[in-house]
Amino acid sequence: MTAPILEIRNLHAGVDGHEILKGIDLTVRAGEVHSIMGPNGSGKSTLAQVLAGRETYQVTAGEVRYQGKDLLAMKPEERACEGVFLAFQYPVEIAGVRTSYFLKTALNAVRRYRGLEPLDAVEFLAKVKDRMKLVDMDERLLNRAVNEGFSGGEKKRNEILQMAVLEPKLAILDETDSGLDIDALRIVADGVNRMRGPDRAILVVTHYQRLLNYIVPDRVHVLVDGRIVRSGGKELARELEERGYAGVEGQPAGAPAVGV
Amino acid sequence: MTATTNTIAELANREYKYGFVTDIEEERVRPGLDEDVIRQISAKKNEPGWLLEFRLKAYRHWRTMAEPTWPNVHYPPIDYQTIVYYSAPKQRSRPGSLEQVDPKLLETYTKLGIPLREQELLAGVAVDAVFDSVSVATTFKEKLRELGILFCSFSEAVQNHPDLVREYLGSVVPYSDNFFATLNSAVFSDGSFVYVPPGVRCPMELSTYFRINAAATGQFERTLIIADKGAYVSYLEGCTAPMRDEHQLHAAVVELIAHDDATIKYSTIQNWYPGDRDGKGGIYNFVTKRGKCQGRRSHIAWTQVETGSAITWKYPSCILIGDHSVGEFYSVATTMNHQQADTGTKMIHIGRHTRSTIVSKGISGGFGQNTYRGMVKILPGADQARNFTQCDSLLIGEKCGAHTFPYIEVRNRTARMEHEASTSKIGEDQLFYCKQRGIGAEDAVSMIVNGFCRQVLRELPMEFAVEAQKLLAIQLEGSVG
Repeated sequence: MTAPILEIRNLHAGVDGHEILKGIDLTVRAGEVHSIMGPNGSGKSTLAQVLAGRETYQVTAGEVRYQGKDLLAMKPEERACEGVFLAFQYPVEIAGVRTSYFLKTALNAVRRYRGLEPLDAVEFLAKVKDRMKLVDMDERLLNRAVNEGFSGGEKKRNEILQMAVLEPKLAILDETDSGLDIDALRIVADGVNRMRGPDRAILVVTHYQRLLNYIVPDRVHVLVDGRIVRSGGKELARELEERGYAGVEGQPAGAPAVGV
Repeated sequence: MTATTNTIAELANREYKYGFVTDIEEERVRPGLDEDVIRQISAKKNEPGWLLEFRLKAYRHWRTMAEPTWPNVHYPPIDYQTIVYYSAPKQRSRPGSLEQVDPKLLETYTKLGIPLREQELLAGVAVDAVFDSVSVATTFKEKLRELGILFCSFSEAVQNHPDLVREYLGSVVPYSDNFFATLNSAVFSDGSFVYVPPGVRCPMELSTYFRINAAATGQFERTLIIADKGAYVSYLEGCTAPMRDEHQLHAAVVELIAHDDATIKYSTIQNWYPGDRDGKGGIYNFVTKRGKCQGRRSHIAWTQVETGSAITWKYPSCILIGDHSVGEFYSVATTMNHQQADTGTKMIHIGRHTRSTIVSKGISGGFGQNTYRGMVKILPGADQARNFTQCDSLLIGEKCGAHTFPYIEVRNRTARMEHEASTSKIGEDQLFYCKQRGIGAEDAVSMIVNGFCRQVLRELPMEFAVEAQKLLAIQLEGSVG
């Protein structure tokens, strides 16, 4: 077994006194791809946001260790610099800021944190153009303002591009499949697959099973009402597709995983 | 400290050779304003009779005027009889060395990369020499002289080119224009004068050029720029470093005249002392700037980045007289802490096929209050006139405010007007997105603000744009928790 990248123990979190996550336990090791599935409102996106450090949510109990360090003690930008990446469900637009400038600023912030020299314009461009091939992205988008006027598919590709440039240790994909047609879905999934590697852990948060046809997970966890109620192998995703979430609800987290 | 003192002493000696040292004591007039004081000012400057008359006429008119109360700014009443209207009253309150200067101010200078000796001057340290890079300035002037371009201080122009000054002074901003312009007309100290002869394209950005020169322009600045037929000139006014200055009131007047096919670009970075975090102190910047597109196809463009002053009150305007003339106004105004700004423009369309563009970006943080006030007026003869106006406001935090007062008056049915306005907040979402990519909060805010201002910043000459960005970044520090 490889070293754990992410260890979540009894995580409780919510917003304004309303508890959303009600005790999550999860371990993700280097080289693994885990999927968090669950119905709307189960807390999937909350989990993704809490891991990334969104201030809107308050952690009320539990701990999260990332590469052995206390993740919850770090500011969002520190987590990013330490190698935690969140691909947003709804990528944000920033008017007047070129995508290339944004990405270069981000990359150099991360590099500085890691004690590396910042890349100059030429080196950066070479790197980003190389990574753009991963997601089959139009180079002209680099000169447009961040996500401004991007189509749904372009926004999601832009997220994966950023992931490819920033080379995280832990990548969390929050509903990356939402709003994608089948072609875009395949391209995005291909990009993610090429990012799989022995040193990297990937957490795929999704409502539907279809993304998992392309990004095949090592483990699948079912989140219902803030708790993981089932865990299993990739077959679990298919079972969910057939029986629906209702079929697994109510079973305790400790129950034996189906089909393992 | 000793090293600094030596350098200054050296400079003082060197400059003395060129006769740059003035005896401050002799230059002073008593505080307060009456005709006698104005006569003294005029006499000290050795001015011709017509100019004294101009001043006196303005003063007599000023006495009949009331200070305007319509701007959306608030300040305690100004006692005009306690102001010293001529030259060097600053000496008494000057700090003796940099050690006595507000460390915040020095920190900013260091971040902007300003050399130590410049820092001393900007901070108002009592240095008995007005030092400047004489040799550079001289080379610069030689080149301009070859082209027939006149670029000198306003006072020099009065002595050396009185006919030009007499012809144009007050031709755009009449002495009776408004309370502060009229006061300026009575007591103006100095400023810049530019004349570009027909067909000449000024090959360099003209500017007060050295921060040091800018520091010496004084409380009641007067600037006059004339571009003759087919001429082109780009003028930069400004000081990117905040200047320590105990003058509360700055009332400048700038007049631009563009003849047929002439272009004048006037760029400003204003970063006067804004007062401390609690809103104590700071400059009241009450300025009248106006350009006259006199000739056919003439073109005047104002670009301003207003980050300083406790209160900014200015409306750089264009009077579009010549057919097919073009007026432009690009503005970034930021108000942080307790700063207030009421700024915008007036575009008066008189000639046919006249066009104007207004792009205003207001940014408020802290308790800052930012007002855009603009007027677009299409007169009956202005057939096919066009205006495009865009004013956007960005809010940082909960306690600041943005206000927009657009006035549009159209008296010609062929006019085409477009107006866009938006108000947005730097969103939690945007900030988090940046942070999640490793970009710290302050860098993120600065990046978002720069993006917001890009349309305006790209109108600035390259070097100026870079300084403006740095300046915005410094000003925004600490604006997010």
